[in-house]
Amino acid sequence: MNIRELPTREVTINACKLCNPLGASLVFRGIEGAVPLLHGSQGCATYIRRYLISHFKEPIDIASSNFSESSTIFGGGPKLKQALKNVIDQYQPTFIGIATTCLSETIGDDLQLILDEFNREYRAPGKPLLVTVSTPSYQGSHIDGFHDTVRAVIEQVATGGPKKNMVSIFPGMVSAADLRLLKEVLTDFGLDFLVLPDYSETMDGGMWDTYQKIAPGGASVDKIRAAGRSKAVIQLGRTVRKQQNAAEYLKERFGVESYQLGLPVGIRETDRLMQTLAVITGNDIPQKYQEERGRLIDAYVDAHKYLFGKKAAIYGEPDLVLGIAIFLAEVGVVPVICATGARTGKLGDELRCLLPELEGEITVAEGIDFDDIRTLVERVQPDLLIGNSKGYPLSRQSGIPLIRVGFPIHDRIGGQRILHLGYRGTQHLFDQIVNELIRARQDRSPIGWSYM
Amino acid sequence: MSENLAQDFAVTREKLLKVYPTKAARKRAKHMVLNDPDPETMPEIEANVRTIPGIITQRGCTYAGCKGVVVGPIRDIVNITHGPIGCGFYSWLTRRNQTKPIDDNDYNLMNYCFSTDMQEDDIVFGGEKKLRQAVREAYEIFKPKAIGIFSTCPVGLIGDDVHAVAREMKEELGINVFGFSCEGYKGVSQSAGHHIANNQMFKHVIGLDDTVRDSKYKINLLGEYNIGGDAFEIERILEKCGIDLIATFSGNSSYDYFANAHTADLNCIMCHRSINYVADMMEIKYGIPWIKVNFIGAEATAKSLRKIAQYFGDPELKERVEKVIAEEMPEVEKHRADARTRCEGKTVMLFVGGSRAHHYQDLFAELGMRTIAAGYEFAHRDDYEGRRVLPTIKIDADSRNIEELTVEPDPERYRYRKTEAEVAELKAQGFEFRDYEGMMAQMAKGTLVIDDISHYEMEKLIAYHKPDIFCAGIKEKYVIQKMGVPCKQLHSYDYSGPYAGFKGAINFYRDIDRLVNSKIWGYIQAPWEKNPELIATYVK
Repeated sequence: MNIRELPTREVTINACKLCNPLGASLVFRGIEGAVPLLHGSQGCATYIRRYLISHFKEPIDIASSNFSESSTIFGGGPKLKQALKNVIDQYQPTFIGIATTCLSETIGDDLQLILDEFNREYRAPGKPLLVTVSTPSYQGSHIDGFHDTVRAVIEQVATGGPKKNMVSIFPGMVSAADLRLLKEVLTDFGLDFLVLPDYSETMDGGMWDTYQKIAPGGASVDKIRAAGRSKAVIQLGRTVRKQQNAAEYLKERFGVESYQLGLPVGIRETDRLMQTLAVITGNDIPQKYQEERGRLIDAYVDAHKYLFGKKAAIYGEPDLVLGIAIFLAEVGVVPVICATGARTGKLGDELRCLLPELEGEITVAEGIDFDDIRTLVERVQPDLLIGNSKGYPLSRQSGIPLIRVGFPIHDRIGGQRILHLGYRGTQHLFDQIVNELIRARQDRSPIGWSYM
Repeated sequence: MSENLAQDFAVTREKLLKVYPTKAARKRAKHMVLNDPDPETMPEIEANVRTIPGIITQRGCTYAGCKGVVVGPIRDIVNITHGPIGCGFYSWLTRRNQTKPIDDNDYNLMNYCFSTDMQEDDIVFGGEKKLRQAVREAYEIFKPKAIGIFSTCPVGLIGDDVHAVAREMKEELGINVFGFSCEGYKGVSQSAGHHIANNQMFKHVIGLDDTVRDSKYKINLLGEYNIGGDAFEIERILEKCGIDLIATFSGNSSYDYFANAHTADLNCIMCHRSINYVADMMEIKYGIPWIKVNFIGAEATAKSLRKIAQYFGDPELKERVEKVIAEEMPEVEKHRADARTRCEGKTVMLFVGGSRAHHYQDLFAELGMRTIAAGYEFAHRDDYEGRRVLPTIKIDADSRNIEELTVEPDPERYRYRKTEAEVAELKAQGFEFRDYEGMMAQMAKGTLVIDDISHYEMEKLIAYHKPDIFCAGIKEKYVIQKMGVPCKQLHSYDYSGPYAGFKGAINFYRDIDRLVNSKIWGYIQAPWEKNPELIATYVK
């Protein structure tokens, strides 16, 4: 495993990460009746809304405390309190998730103090639950904001009590289709569950008969409260650090049995999730999934000869990169470049541990930008790029096909519906990858075979 | 406009305001007026004031206006965002402004997003050192003609002096380096950022190259950002007319065009809101008059071309312009007449930008579609009510925050392009210099005008009035469509365009026709929802 040194440049050229409060906003929108509120300049809310919207192709309302120049000097407390009042009056939310920004963090606004004041002053009935999280964009990336927010919600809302026949699962930043798949799996295991966040409907819903103040769907606050009484909890994502792992918190605080698994991409990691659920419930793995697994293996057999020895460069959210790398290794594709703009410090170790047979063949890079990814790609000449839309210029320039996964997808439709997880998601990725490689070969062929 | 609609809008206005707490309602009321186009009785609208916290706005920030809108489209400048990673990332190729390098050796840096990606240590100990190094590295890698540095929120707070760094680096590298104090919180919207960008480009770039091109009718086009290739179409038309375009601010532009812009003889303003500052400053310093033009709409394009020809007063140019219009219009007419049969009488709402909500009304009018409600995202009162109200606009703390440059005539290069007699003659013909009559003068009586419409107000407005089409941006698009109303994005054109000029008008007719007459809207209600009894009969 070649762990690449972080770029020595001071200038970041075409970043491979987004900022902290984006992750927070998405998590909050995965909670029923919630409105996210960013404490800072209105530009943050606008930029993050437009970015999430261009991926999900769904509306998202994010409020802001709209700092002015004087707020930067005297503090943003009054503006935040005003924002809360106005959001409550317009939307009657049951939950407001407040995330900080670099602006409010730099001036050192004390959110708890401001909210204590607000709680004393605001006496009207129907006050929503207020949850806060610290997400300055000069720390970490959107993925850190995402995990920190899940943990903050759990810390501030979950309560203990006698255990229930319920499993909580924190899936990380996956697609709306992935969330639907996880819920289907949990249902098929006969479980009552909490998936947090759950933006499968709020960020991928149908048409509206009547005007909706807040898009319907999301994890219910009651369920989040009950998380401390789960019989087990699963954090997906091997690179999630202990202090941002909400499952770890539930274990320490309420003694919930806790698991940290990889994103279920590929046979091995999906098997692990299925087996874990079987152990937790004492039930067999439902026939439906055994059949899906069978079809996937059958497809592996049918197509492995087109894949063997091919090289892929993967970039994006660290756990998605890891999941796809493990899956590719199963089918004989070498994930020669595993890159992320985030800095988890764990991606290299996990790869080394999970794919020891590829020692020396993988270059792992954390904290990288697309200019450095380009340098690596030019050196290694992979057959495929796998990642979000931001890799398109590189694909266009190098002529290497791009398989779009993860976030953001804003040059195609349906980014929110890309299924990555489970046997079914793997099947979808697998078919796409094989076909893309066949297409590239077909296009290069002087004859243009249309029969294999 | 029917009396009924005016009455309905009066009721709607009250309903929209009712949800707000008293203080917020009082403030929002001033941003919503029933229009009267008569300048004598036109109502005053409040604009360019802070959005109330918690009211979800369409507006962006000062940085977005400066880096994202005005300076971003210049293809050969390295634009470094000094700040944490978000701001740079979100403004990276998201505006669809296109550019066409002149040859393979020309720069195209628009695909790049440069940032200092400030970390906690930089916030605590200051980011100037990192910025200096970033500027050096960007120069080493790309050898650009110039480098711009854009400040984000925390930069102003921790006191990094981007201008001092720019001066040092200019000295060290021997290329032009300039900074922008465009911290997001500075103004009420992106509008403040436009002003800051105008000031810095005026101070640091315009006037650096005195080469005068050997051509007859030299103009600049200000406030045209080449979304979806609009500027390409305008360039085509101008060239056909024999008009020499020195610089476009800033669609399909190069640093060099800015440096040479002061050699033009006329400034033509498209987007009044974002660029009028630099037009005023160039008139004072170099003696270049400015006029308002509009190339959105075939009729508006013809009118603008005639206005330019009238300014130069040369019969040869006038003749050529007429010839071009006569050549272009038949094709336009053909498409317009066809689309009009399916679009006529439909209703439009436009809530977007600082000039687009006005300009696109011309195109819709060509299709026989009626604009019943409109408003800007970040415009000022003069964009609504016309420049005649400029003297009465209150200067508040936020406007005072943005530097007003003191400009004097250039001792050597000032030359007013028209003699007093020529100006007087043009004025006698009804020619307007330095004027913009604003959006409300063009809208019918009783239509609804809302400034800085909130997300909530927009949703209610659609639910109550169901327009046939609603024009906004991507943040609004999907909620509008969820309510069964077609949405046209007028920031990015939904990956379509160009819509400017003659060919653009044809594209627009076709796109709007498809949108408002698409079959998909008919499928929203399932048959069993439309007529449950009938289905039951069939099943039996």
